[in-house]
Amino acid sequence: MNAQMPPPLLTVRDLTRTYGSRIGCAEVSFDLYHGEVLGIVGESGSGKSTLLSCLAGHLPPDSGRVVWDGTTDVLALPEAARRRLMRTEWAFVHQNPRDGLRMGVTAGGNVGERLMGAGARHFGQIRAQATDWLERVEIDPDRIDDRPRAFSGGMQQRLQIARNLVTGPRLVFMDEPTGGLDVSVQARLLDLLRGLVRRMGLSVIIVTHDLAVVRLLADRLMVMKSGRVVEQGLTDQVLDDPQHAYTQLLVSSVLQV
Amino acid sequence: MYVAVKGGERAIDAAHAWLAEARRGDAAVPELTVAQIREQMTLAVNRVMTEGSLYDPDLAALAIKQARGDMIEAVFLLRAYRTTLPRLGASLPLDTAAMTVQRRISATFKDLPGGQVLGPTFDYTHRLLDFTLMAEGEAPRAPTAPIRDEPVPHVTTLLDQDGLIEATPPGEAEPGDLTRAPLELPADRALRLQALARGDEGFLLSMAYSTQRGYGRTHAFVGELRIGLVAVELFIPELGFSVEVGEVELSECETINQFMGSKTEPPQFTRGYGLAFGQNERKALSMSLVDRALRWQELGEDDVGAPAQDEEFVLSHADNVQATGFLEHIKLPHYVDFQAELELVRRLRREALPEAAE
Amino acid sequence: MTDAAFNFAYLDEQTKRMLRRAILKAVAVPGYQVPFASREMPMPYGWGTGGVQVTAACLVPEDVLKVIDQGADDTTNAVSIRKFFVKTAGVAVTEATADASIIQTRHRIPEHPLTEGQILVFQVPIPEPLRFLEPRETETRKMHELEEYGLMHVKLYEDIARHGAIATSYAYPVRVEGRYVMDPSPIPKFDNPKLDGNPALMLFGAGREQRIYALPPYTRAISLDFEDHPFRPTKADHACSLCGSATSYLDEVITDDRGGRMFVCSDTDFCRSRREAAE
Repeated sequence: MNAQMPPPLLTVRDLTRTYGSRIGCAEVSFDLYHGEVLGIVGESGSGKSTLLSCLAGHLPPDSGRVVWDGTTDVLALPEAARRRLMRTEWAFVHQNPRDGLRMGVTAGGNVGERLMGAGARHFGQIRAQATDWLERVEIDPDRIDDRPRAFSGGMQQRLQIARNLVTGPRLVFMDEPTGGLDVSVQARLLDLLRGLVRRMGLSVIIVTHDLAVVRLLADRLMVMKSGRVVEQGLTDQVLDDPQHAYTQLLVSSVLQV
Repeated sequence: MYVAVKGGERAIDAAHAWLAEARRGDAAVPELTVAQIREQMTLAVNRVMTEGSLYDPDLAALAIKQARGDMIEAVFLLRAYRTTLPRLGASLPLDTAAMTVQRRISATFKDLPGGQVLGPTFDYTHRLLDFTLMAEGEAPRAPTAPIRDEPVPHVTTLLDQDGLIEATPPGEAEPGDLTRAPLELPADRALRLQALARGDEGFLLSMAYSTQRGYGRTHAFVGELRIGLVAVELFIPELGFSVEVGEVELSECETINQFMGSKTEPPQFTRGYGLAFGQNERKALSMSLVDRALRWQELGEDDVGAPAQDEEFVLSHADNVQATGFLEHIKLPHYVDFQAELELVRRLRREALPEAAE
Repeated sequence: MTDAAFNFAYLDEQTKRMLRRAILKAVAVPGYQVPFASREMPMPYGWGTGGVQVTAACLVPEDVLKVIDQGADDTTNAVSIRKFFVKTAGVAVTEATADASIIQTRHRIPEHPLTEGQILVFQVPIPEPLRFLEPRETETRKMHELEEYGLMHVKLYEDIARHGAIATSYAYPVRVEGRYVMDPSPIPKFDNPKLDGNPALMLFGAGREQRIYALPPYTRAISLDFEDHPFRPTKADHACSLCGSATSYLDEVITDDRGGRMFVCSDTDFCRSRREAAE
């Protein structure tokens, strides 16, 4: 590695997780650099969600290493430190906004929670930041005191994104963030996400089965099948000139639709 | 003019005197004896002993008398008495297979070693008020039959021989003691069973019923319900052997439940277990269904979010002495907190409706 | 005087030893809820069984005991608990705050300042300050362990967003020595400032929930708030109709059915001693 190059933000080596005799994911290795968006694609059951859960600390892997910011061995962190990392420098956008939001708490409270968890103690400032973030995700700030229950699915998802990004995390995990939304709503959300990622210089690991999503967002792509990475490379390269038979099938099946 | 309330002490003494009088009722009606309650309100006595965690029919009958028939109050009296008793030792595990059965039924096999013994049960009675009891008519004596001198093995033991039911989970370790250590969650099965045995019959009945109606269904068969006397033995270190110190009447229920198998286990039946003092069938059955529902994690089943699967919910709310105490404490004065709320609501209203403020 | 059928202060010595171990641990880790094996007491759960066990574990024959409920010595539950200890421990009792070595209380801290050497025992119904935000004990214990208290402030944020003010008027949570968030039992928030740096030892007993916790003397206990919505202790904006105190916490008494009301000290000993001094 040459001297000018900063170390990867996240280094993953030989990550393996099995369920009894069934493979969840096996021997996954990659580096994620600052400001990079990595897409993980594959059909359901390919192991992409298991991989994401292991990376984000929701599921303990059986073996392998995850190194954060060049020095921190994530899997060896005590739980308190891991949770702190997850609520400050990391963020996680769930497929179902109900899993990522507090449905009984107002939009402002939802966005403010991470700020307060990180020590913010000024109501006016918390509220101002929440207002700002609602605007950034195109939610009318007048709705700051409404609960997410009163929001549409697309709005809930945008609120979840605001809640996650308000503390300026460096790495965001996204699990099918556009799944379950109407096509027109998806397009708007993708547009929004792309803008935020570029402006904030976020590093993102995004799991999806939707190649259109990675085409739009991801710099680099990993294709998974049966728990293993079968192909990886620059997004355009992988999608336009797939090498592995499975990737070819995946790309062609999308084209047929 | 207001005078600060005084006389709490006098009020309490007077209330207690009135309570004693009300308990006695009409003095023209003969007073119930403790022996009468023990002999004729047996199922009430059994329930109080079970939930009070103390096998003493006389004291349970006394508690029922003193509590004016309020079962939870009676359980509370017995528990409060039990707390102060010294611990002389722990008995050996009871051998319920050696029970002298008065009643023993299986819903899974038509006939089996030891036979079906119906025993004294309400099951097939017609629920018609018997006015001869009002006239205090003498009950005719029940017919008798010769004692069947054969062993009465557990149904689950018979299934176990074929490997059709899960092996009895190992339980050599000394079980925890809820009355001597705080309940820590998650609890192991021994501790859960202990909490369920002390738990409120009505609560467990509702929980068990909810599993039957689909909130955490466990497909329970009553493998066996047996009621009878079991010897209690105590190991005396000075003697070097165990000594029988008495007998207790128990109701024991073992359910046989469906299980589809998992990655590591082939399909086989699983168990739920219930145990209560005296004849107490509803409690034993309910307990075994709830026990089985709580085992979902250990058996690798899905959490369907049913209340009966939720260990923390069930164990935290099963104890009626705790529940009734906390429920009824809202009768105590809360002037101070209510005053704080009054101030708050007044202030918020003033701010919300400035024109309405004086 | 003492009923010989009972051990001193009702509980057997083994049980008291268990309680004292829990109390010592609680004192060593201020604000941390120590699980203990609560015993069935001859009064119902929710009526002070935790406080009674803590008091029983602390009592020595030389103690002078005061028992209050809602600040008053003469409320029925205070009378009942005081009688219990007179009967089972035979200790001297008093209504004067300054004369007491142990004070068991429900819902108030006495107005008369406490001093070094005094013990104030609180009866606690729900010891977990996070309980109504997160019902699971396994989860709340983890939140304490990891100091994840963001949710607590979300609750206060929601109050202000909805009502313009923090809508918690009693059982107002405090942060102890910058570490544990603690429920001070349902005292009015008017009493919260007395928790902070108090010279007396404050012990909290929750019998049904099997928890003991403590504020040792001179411990920092800060009421949670926002910088721009600071904590404010409040009381009825009146003076006591009996003793004229404008600084004590007041009970509101309805005097007729035409809206007539008056305000009197909730702390009966404080009120009486002021009236006696004025005569």
